[in-house]
Amino acid sequence: MKLVSVENLSVAYGANSVLCEVTLEIDQGEIVTVVGPNGSGKTSLFRAIIGATQPTKGNVHLKPDLKIGYVPQRLNFDATLPITVERFMRLTGNVPRQSCISALEVAGVPELLKHQMPKLSGGQFQRVLLAGALLRCPEILLLDEATQGLDQPGSAAFYRQIEALRRDTGCAVLMISHDLHVVMSASDRVICLNGHICCEGTPETVASAPEYKELFGAGTDGALALYRHNHDHIHHQTINSPEVAE
Amino acid sequence: MLDDFMARAALAGIGVALAAAPLGCFVVWRRMAYFGEATAHAAILGVALALALDASIFAGTLFICLIVAWVATQLSGRGYAMDTLLGVLAHSSLAVGLVVVSFVSGVRFDLMAYLLGDILAVSRVDLVVIWVGAALVIALISWRWVPLLMSTLNEELAHASGLNPQREKLILTLSLAITVAVAIKIVGVLLIVAMLVIPAAAGRSLARTPEAMAFIAAMVGAISAVAGLKAAYIFDTPAGPSIVCVALVFFVTFNFIAAIGKSRL
Repeated sequence: MKLVSVENLSVAYGANSVLCEVTLEIDQGEIVTVVGPNGSGKTSLFRAIIGATQPTKGNVHLKPDLKIGYVPQRLNFDATLPITVERFMRLTGNVPRQSCISALEVAGVPELLKHQMPKLSGGQFQRVLLAGALLRCPEILLLDEATQGLDQPGSAAFYRQIEALRRDTGCAVLMISHDLHVVMSASDRVICLNGHICCEGTPETVASAPEYKELFGAGTDGALALYRHNHDHIHHQTINSPEVAE
Repeated sequence: MLDDFMARAALAGIGVALAAAPLGCFVVWRRMAYFGEATAHAAILGVALALALDASIFAGTLFICLIVAWVATQLSGRGYAMDTLLGVLAHSSLAVGLVVVSFVSGVRFDLMAYLLGDILAVSRVDLVVIWVGAALVIALISWRWVPLLMSTLNEELAHASGLNPQREKLILTLSLAITVAVAIKIVGVLLIVAMLVIPAAAGRSLARTPEAMAFIAAMVGAISAVAGLKAAYIFDTPAGPSIVCVALVFFVTFNFIAAIGKSRL
């Protein structure tokens, strides 16, 4: 049973077509990364999957009673809404405090329980949102630009956390990223989106696909290419080659 | 006790304050202050129509408030910024309302009573309407408290948890219309938003959770209503504005306390 299957999905806002004939499936325990430039329909795809946007054509099927752990990009509050990490986490379900603490431990930030949400740093915030999603014991985690605002060591650490989570709980992961050049090494599949699916496959396949190069490579004269977090081999040394803190 | 107009006024003020507090928190969190303003100003049109059709003022204002809220929601995202749209709606409905009122002949109409409230003239029937309306708003918001909070924090998060943020928004709009309709008598259309926003904003500076903020807002609102009435009686000032002034004193004081607390840390 597929967790998520999207068939010929098209989404348009008025006359403005955002997604066209997108088909994809996500299996149990799979890590799938969707990359695409701004305006490529990544967010609309996510919204369609969780039912926040009605497709103009096509279907989204979720496994019955699929438990989704959604990690939003940001929350719409600023200093006007006082809320502690604990209260935020307990909003999502009537869970005991101990569950909140364990989820925060898994996310790597057990010390934040009593902190005010608006005062957290970018990295702490993302981890609290992740912990909130974990409380639902999700079968699939949806991460919306989860590493935005994190520096490279920060994102690498966050990705390792996700990888460990998949290993320990077996949950699938679907993440979207505008960061075209850094894709988590644990991704089983990368889907390159630009209104439609340009190409998809393992990170290597996508990196060498002409569609990918056309979309992301040409504009930079080949200066940027899909970079995969990988710890078992050394990348070619270019001056701006990003180093991964290990 | 209800024979005393001061007692009736105080009870009416407390009722409105208790309903306005939790709703006001959402108005602050979701930046709906101007939306509230538009709804409140439109109420004067509702009053005019009610007088013209010889209908109940409460029903007239409720009806018009809902229409304006609906129009504002429909027009949003169509080429105008929300504050521009609400600016058009708020002030044109106030203007149209005032013009329509001038056409309603043969009715003794005290405009100031609707612009600034007439809390001292609250009758027993008014009191029942206010408390039923307030109880309805409090019940609605308590019932939907968590879904409302989730939708306010992040719409997608609410969707992913199986909630429908559009429905929650509708509940807020309905609560706002009811609150405006019952608060007209207390503070008038010009100061209704003050009763929503100022106690909630005062609560913000001392609260650490959303629930605490709503609770403090309710206390501030209720105490302001009673103290404002007392002040109006002693100093012979208009009651509605006096209530809002007391709430303002709370806002300033709480911010001072919070600032001192912070500088000591």
